[in-house]
Amino acid sequence: MSGAFPRRTEPYMTSLAPRTLSHLQSLEAESIEIFREVAASFERPVMMYSIGKDSSVLLHLARKAFAPSRIPFPLLHIDTTWKFREMIAFRDRMAREHGFELLVHTNPDGLRDNINPFDHGSAVHTDIMKTQALRQALNAGKYDAAIGGARRDEEKSRAKERIFSHRNTSHAWDPKNQRPELWRIFNTRLAPGESMRVFPLSNWTELDIWTYIYSEGIEIPSLYFARKRPVVKRSGTLIMVDDARMPLEPGEVPSEEMVRFRTLGCYPLSGAIRSEAADLPSIIMEMQASRTSEREGRLIDSDQAGSMEKKKQEGYF
Amino acid sequence: MSAIASLAPDASTTALEAWLAEQTGKGLLRFLTCGSVDDGKSTLIGRLLYDSQLILDDQLASLRKESRNRTTGDEGIDFSLLVDGLTAEREQGITIDVAYRFFSTDKRKFIVADTPGHEQYTRNMATGASNADLAIVLIDARKGVLTQTRRHSFILSLIGVKHVVLAINKIDLVGYEEAVFNQIEAEYRHFARDLGFETLAAIPVSALRGDNILEASAAMPWYRGPQLVPYLEAIEVSQDRTAKPFRFPVQWVNRPNLDFRGFSGTIASGVVRVGDDVVVAASKKPARITRIVTMDGELDQAIAGQAVTLVIDREVDISRGDVLVHAGETPDVSTQVQARLIWMNDEHALPGRSYLLKIGSQQVPASITALKYKTNVNTLEQSPAKHLALNEVGTVTLATDKPIAFDSYGANPLTGSFILIDRITNATLGAGVIDFGLRRAQNLSYQSFDVNRQVRAEQKGQQAQIVWFTGLSGSGKSTVANLMEKRLTAEGRHAYILDGDNVRHGLNKDLGFTDEDRVENIRRVAEVARLMADAGLIVLVSFISPFRNERRLAREIAGDIPFTEVFVDTPIAVCEARDPKGLYARARRGEIKNFTGISSPYEAPETPDVVLEGGSKSPVQMADELYARMFGIEPEYSI
Repeated sequence: MSGAFPRRTEPYMTSLAPRTLSHLQSLEAESIEIFREVAASFERPVMMYSIGKDSSVLLHLARKAFAPSRIPFPLLHIDTTWKFREMIAFRDRMAREHGFELLVHTNPDGLRDNINPFDHGSAVHTDIMKTQALRQALNAGKYDAAIGGARRDEEKSRAKERIFSHRNTSHAWDPKNQRPELWRIFNTRLAPGESMRVFPLSNWTELDIWTYIYSEGIEIPSLYFARKRPVVKRSGTLIMVDDARMPLEPGEVPSEEMVRFRTLGCYPLSGAIRSEAADLPSIIMEMQASRTSEREGRLIDSDQAGSMEKKKQEGYF
Repeated sequence: MSAIASLAPDASTTALEAWLAEQTGKGLLRFLTCGSVDDGKSTLIGRLLYDSQLILDDQLASLRKESRNRTTGDEGIDFSLLVDGLTAEREQGITIDVAYRFFSTDKRKFIVADTPGHEQYTRNMATGASNADLAIVLIDARKGVLTQTRRHSFILSLIGVKHVVLAINKIDLVGYEEAVFNQIEAEYRHFARDLGFETLAAIPVSALRGDNILEASAAMPWYRGPQLVPYLEAIEVSQDRTAKPFRFPVQWVNRPNLDFRGFSGTIASGVVRVGDDVVVAASKKPARITRIVTMDGELDQAIAGQAVTLVIDREVDISRGDVLVHAGETPDVSTQVQARLIWMNDEHALPGRSYLLKIGSQQVPASITALKYKTNVNTLEQSPAKHLALNEVGTVTLATDKPIAFDSYGANPLTGSFILIDRITNATLGAGVIDFGLRRAQNLSYQSFDVNRQVRAEQKGQQAQIVWFTGLSGSGKSTVANLMEKRLTAEGRHAYILDGDNVRHGLNKDLGFTDEDRVENIRRVAEVARLMADAGLIVLVSFISPFRNERRLAREIAGDIPFTEVFVDTPIAVCEARDPKGLYARARRGEIKNFTGISSPYEAPETPDVVLEGGSKSPVQMADELYARMFGIEPEYSI
């Protein structure tokens, strides 16, 4: 079961007001412009595809940017082997239906050493299976531009990042020495070995993402919708038992609860929230009433203040 | 102000549709906050986020914890913590980069650029201003109009921000005194009278306490003007970009198969309809629009701001960087413009130096031909200058290697603004706005020359080209180049060698061996090589040229002239054993500093066009091999 829902009969872009664009139309056009700038300016771009709602919007915009051509670069998924099973099935189906080139990379060293969030903790797992894996994949592919779905409203250090964000030869971000980015003119020049991270969704908010998904009828994994799911409680967070690798305490039995996810990642690190919101309208309404921020369910950010900035300097997206 | 229109939990899809329509129908105001350090910019934005109920419970809890030992309002919160995102900023208590924040009210959505107050980050403030419709200039009521206030206001004027709110902050700390407010407002209005702002409203506020932010402050009964948020919700700032002439910078050529060729881009201004007659701005080639393609179907018309793909009715040479316009409404096309430039780098702006200029999707080499004057941002006085330093503003003339299509910035900001990029470090050095094109250049660029490089080269029965030898001292570059020159001359071709001996002693004798001089050395050699190749010659350049960026610069200067990078790959031990000029021995004794391979690095080419193995092959073998590679003949070793 995935989160398909009836598409509105009228495509969004044809309902144009004559002299101005709406807020969402402007955001869409800006993102498309960024995608095209990447395709025109770099030799080996790649788009990060993490299967979540932001990635789904990113994929939709990429298709719009290049239609009737196919997306002229591959999509890269960093698979930690701990993603929800449904995410993997969804990913492969999207690749088939939209005909994009899908690359999947898993850190072979981490795989060999059986790195996992239970025995090694979220910090080690994330570093080896995500950050290191990403660097391996970017180095191996010699990609000069990596497109990501990060938004400025997500987190404080992201709010300061450029749309075209320069990385040195070791993929590190230097927040104090960013290139000024004026008007819509992007400096895409690189020295050999350097690369660019590009964020077409920089100016979108979480609400924009949801209203756009709704308006455009974009398909997202059903994990975003409330269903009965088997969960256990770990340090105050509800964790879904997605497969048999989840170690249970002696005598512990997962309980079936009506839950959904606000962000998707590795299932042992993605906190579920109790919710009755089983369709998009309910999710948007629930979000409007919500009083906690999106990343709270993401366990990696709460390790220390400034942890996202530190990860980004090390090369995390 | 409730940020979010209330939605009953059991609202139906129809109610949601209505609510969504209201959301998407809302206008957007992009504004920035600027002013001097400690005027309270971050606090003001934090206050706006807090009052629009966008601070969520978990953020609020961690904020209260972090706010201990800090100045707080009645809410017990240091609002600046909300926006000072980077660790370095939290440690130093200042804002060093532009942070973008999002909030909305019942009436409008807002994107706020929180920009740095400290003087060394003025460039970041200009960045924030470039995409803003309105600016809030903050002033600390205790300090009044400061240097940085003037500087920022001048940059707002330069970038073309037309609407300004003067927020006289910390009014609570001067006892809510009307006289203080009036005096500061009068001083600012006097200063700003020539800055071209269309609206200017002064509001006395306390961001920390919330006075005059949402509602009228009880502490200031003498103030009758608008409150900040209601003012931001109501002010009309939109410029009708659809009313301007049609401008479509081609970003990407869309060619999925032989049956479809479209031109993708974002309409900078104006409206385009199927059936419109258009021309390519630079070449003046005409065409007619036959289709406006999007993934959601074809459109009859598209307006400023839309990202579309245009299809035309005939085969016309159009590529990225071209601008499609309506016939009869063409922009300027020139190789010389007058512009105002704000400099954003520690390296000074120097007349004569070559930069890359990016305007829309056009990117061309350009140089400053004259620095007419710089403007003192405190007094607005103009004075002569030899260079522009970081954060300085000057009026310049620029010459581009190829004609560019543009409008004056006043007429059309998106087609009248540009950035300058360093050709070596790739840093964004400065940003400029075009005042006008210079006519004499227009005339020059329209002259077509019948005698060109190809004609000159054909006269000599050859293809003009540059062969660039790189390798360590003593690797055999010059020996191979000499053999090549002899062979080519014997065959009736016309070649010439540029090397250290004939350039360093003449053209470049003013240059030493500092990093700057080495770059300038390579630049001049590359320019001379380009001129000689343009005269139809085969130019053999033999320079150690140890740095990749220098060689890349040489290749870029060559432009469309065929350029072959030849790496004479001789191990340093072999070079040192040969040591034809005794240089290695002297370098080892420390008599020569910065000697490549000994005390200065040699960056081997990663992807040279030709590699000659100087350790195992003789110069004659290498010359044969190179000749074969250049002229497509299998090498036949003469030894």
